[in-house]
Amino acid sequence: MTAPLLEVKDLHVGLPAAGGQSFPILQGVSFQIMPGEAFGLVGESGSGKSVTSLATMGLLKRPLRATAGEILFQGRDLLKLSKREMRRLRGDRIAMIFQEPMTALNPLVTVGRQIAEMFYLHQGKSWAEGEKLAIEALANVRVPNPDRRARNYPHQMSGGLRQRVMIAMAMACNPDLLIADEPTTALDVTVQAEVLRLIKELCTERGTAVLFISHDLGVIASVCQRVGVMYDGALVEENWTEALFADPRHDYTKGLLGALPRLGSRSEHGRQRLVDIDSIIADRSVLTQTRFISPREKGAPA
Amino acid sequence: MSETILEVDNLHVRFPLPGGGVLGTGKRTLYAVSGVSFSLAKGECLSIVGESGCGKSTTALSIMGLQEPSEGTIRFRGKPIVGPGAPSRMARAKAAQMVFQDPYASLNPRQTVNASLLQPLKLHGITGSEASDRIAALLTSVGLTAEQGTRFPHEFSGGQRQRIGIARALILEPEIVVLDEPVSALDVSIRAQIINLLLDLQDEFGLSYVMISHDLSVVEHMSDRVLVMFFSQIVEQGGWKEIFENPQHPYTRRLIDAIPDPDAALRRAHKPTETATPPPPAGWRFGSDGSTQPNVFSPPEASELVDIGPDHKVRLLRD
Repeated sequence: MTAPLLEVKDLHVGLPAAGGQSFPILQGVSFQIMPGEAFGLVGESGSGKSVTSLATMGLLKRPLRATAGEILFQGRDLLKLSKREMRRLRGDRIAMIFQEPMTALNPLVTVGRQIAEMFYLHQGKSWAEGEKLAIEALANVRVPNPDRRARNYPHQMSGGLRQRVMIAMAMACNPDLLIADEPTTALDVTVQAEVLRLIKELCTERGTAVLFISHDLGVIASVCQRVGVMYDGALVEENWTEALFADPRHDYTKGLLGALPRLGSRSEHGRQRLVDIDSIIADRSVLTQTRFISPREKGAPA
Repeated sequence: MSETILEVDNLHVRFPLPGGGVLGTGKRTLYAVSGVSFSLAKGECLSIVGESGCGKSTTALSIMGLQEPSEGTIRFRGKPIVGPGAPSRMARAKAAQMVFQDPYASLNPRQTVNASLLQPLKLHGITGSEASDRIAALLTSVGLTAEQGTRFPHEFSGGQRQRIGIARALILEPEIVVLDEPVSALDVSIRAQIINLLLDLQDEFGLSYVMISHDLSVVEHMSDRVLVMFFSQIVEQGGWKEIFENPQHPYTRRLIDAIPDPDAALRRAHKPTETATPPPPAGWRFGSDGSTQPNVFSPPEASELVDIGPDHKVRLLRD
């Protein structure tokens, strides 16, 4: 069996509180991602999914900090790397796509130059070479007229195109791991479908592993092979995507799936009520005490 | 279905914008809504779906009397609500009210919930204990307590704020409630609670809903009838079953295929992956650079809505 690409082991993140105490944000999150595998983290606001991704990128902002645990990437503990080492890794081996491309892109620099910067910084290319490669990178993410688009500023592009530029930047150095944090939340459904297809295709083509963060179970299902459900700073259930949807074990997962209006589930007569998670789970605090993690099957997709 | 309470006939909304002509100094026209007609029955939930910029919100604003139509009529119980002979804003307020997407942005942060709910009642001459009884009863109906009425909007969670938004829309007992993306800003579990609440209130008060949404799984769950809009026009309309189980227009199919529904996604995963992007629907107007942005500055192509079944219409392109 191959070694996992990313292994998060019992990660705790805390917010320092008065009296030297620490308010727990993540309470012992553990999961593994194999090379080339797409793993999804799903959960509602405040469940800790974004904090997990930020910790993995080494982007936790003070006062948040990892209080215990390890994040092993290719065997190295990311929590122990210096800022400089982390900066070298970020964008090169680990890349990230954010929710809102407009805030992640520099409005004063053409998108071609912003992509070229990746080649300049991480691969030692000259700016001129970088800009040529940027046009290629735009073509790879199926941007029409890439040479003309490379000279555009972010505001001249639609939301879907801007997200494609973000993907081009993220994939520029052929990272081993792509972290996608709600990459399609701000997009229209048809554009969302195109962007998801693009992420899936590129990562399969290049063998890039994906850590996909979303609140949308449908989006996760269409991209990921395995899913972890987060609730209150803990992973409450983890399983293969199909198994999770077919047979949710944890009460919270059951509630979450029942709360979702599912296509084709409406009956001929009348509209049925959706599951109210609060009513099936009287005491939410007991939730994180029981967990269902399916044992990793042998012969996982590499 | 029972009596018709709202009729929209051949609604057009056009916005004149600067920047037309060769030198960019002339005027050009944005076609936001072109020839939209539909009717709403008492107690019905009609949904308008489509992507950003398709004209669904402009249509909703016209129903609310917040956007003057360029052409066409809107009738409430047979009487026009815009143009000559239109009722006053006060009278219209009792016909239709609106629930907005972002409840925080649509509530006055400096007013308690009670004050927000009292204002419209005062304007309509309801005061004193009658008003406070009505507010307390309504707060209970939307799942809050009368005591919570003394608090300010920032003291509530997102789901509770949307309950307040709904209470504010219902306080004058309107017959029509326009729901503009009522649940798209909410988390899955809260969204389920608000959807349940909207369905309960509809039964309790016999409300008619016009729902604007891009979330087709919510639309399927709640609607009786569905209008699909694409670049200012209706391209398909029908009962929810027709639209979701027998979609005819290529754009409707494209929208339904794009829904990130877990079951559908997993079914697709078993099929061999389509590497090529699916061909664009017929009637899709491409920009000159090959982008999928149709040109909203030219009137839509001549085409007609054709009956293809009981209460099911689809737009055909004339060749």
